[in-house]
Amino acid sequence: MQFPLSYILHLADNNLVLAQRNGDWCGHGPILEQDIAITNITLDVLGQARMLYQYAAEISNAESNNSNATEDTLAYLRKEHEFKNCLLVEQPNGDWAQTILKQYLFSQFQYFLYEQLSKSDDERISAIAVKSLKEITYHVKWSSEWVLRLGDGTEESHNRMIHAIDALWMYTGEMFMPAAYEKNIDSTVIRENWLNAVNNIFEEASLTVPQDVFMQVGGKNGIHTEHLGYLLTDLQYLQRTYPNAEW
Amino acid sequence: MVMTEILNDTISDVKELWKLMETIPDPEIPVISITDLGIVRHIEMDGKNVEVSITPTYSGCPAMDMISMQIKMELLSRGFVPVIKTVLSPAWTTDWITPAAKEKLNAYGIAPPSLSSNKDAPVHCPQCNSSHTEMISHFGSTACKALYRCNDCKECFDLFKCH
Repeated sequence: MQFPLSYILHLADNNLVLAQRNGDWCGHGPILEQDIAITNITLDVLGQARMLYQYAAEISNAESNNSNATEDTLAYLRKEHEFKNCLLVEQPNGDWAQTILKQYLFSQFQYFLYEQLSKSDDERISAIAVKSLKEITYHVKWSSEWVLRLGDGTEESHNRMIHAIDALWMYTGEMFMPAAYEKNIDSTVIRENWLNAVNNIFEEASLTVPQDVFMQVGGKNGIHTEHLGYLLTDLQYLQRTYPNAEW
Repeated sequence: MVMTEILNDTISDVKELWKLMETIPDPEIPVISITDLGIVRHIEMDGKNVEVSITPTYSGCPAMDMISMQIKMELLSRGFVPVIKTVLSPAWTTDWITPAAKEKLNAYGIAPPSLSSNKDAPVHCPQCNSSHTEMISHFGSTACKALYRCNDCKECFDLFKCH
């Protein structure tokens, strides 16, 4: 079964938006090694987005004679409400704790999701997922170690992690609420595995998983927080201002 | 025109094309070639038409466009009509790096990756061969490397990560 175009765009948008956010750290990381680490992770995330957009463009062009999509038109020329990424990835970077936590929560989710996708009979998606999983495994390792270091570090770093959890947790529920175009994905299993993994890391980091938090939703269906528009303004500026510019 | 035809005459089969690929260095680590790395997966030849399938090391590796361009230029300069295809499956693994290339990496100052069947093998310092080493950072100068330090000779070095 081939996944619907909307779903592939959703996967690609998640990655593109997170990559754009993380890219802001380039040259601004707390120390050189971590600046390099987050930008290298970002390259992986962006590379995965490209593979997904390339596939989405092929499907879009095959489905409609009027479609002349490329990975670039999908990334640079779609409007805010056409983006289907989860709200979590578009949230501002905040401090290092918030950036790390966002990366960890998303990578851990992506890990269990891509584990399922790697077994899909959509061969292209399964190939992308198998390849990405190797990278995601490393992202989970790196970001979870930082959650431990900050959560179980000084009073200051611990407090910053608590603040980060307060800021981001309300956006995690959406990852496990399937949109209409999300088929053949067992979100319940992903949620269970994810919650288990996060619980273990949080416990070791002397942090607590929040209970009964009202979850914000909408991103998967194009209803975003105010932050996405500003992000896209930056991301798409050049192609909007100088259409088809190349360099 | 005459020149390209002469050059083309020297390559008459796929085997010789593979030999040509062996001469193309990796843009990031020029001591090893793209075939040493296992990036070239398949070559097909039909007269002047040559199709080369390559696979990315890491999804976002910025060297891939460069590698694709280098292959294209080499083939064009020999009068071929090249098509470069990207394949994703099976996913690239450092297990495809040849033993000879691993030695070259080590001599260049990059600790080579262990086999994935032996992931937790000790990392040896490429300078003094000590296994008394520790990781400084999961990521080194590129996504495929991690940053290490030797506790004996105190040198820092890159480890090509097992992937």
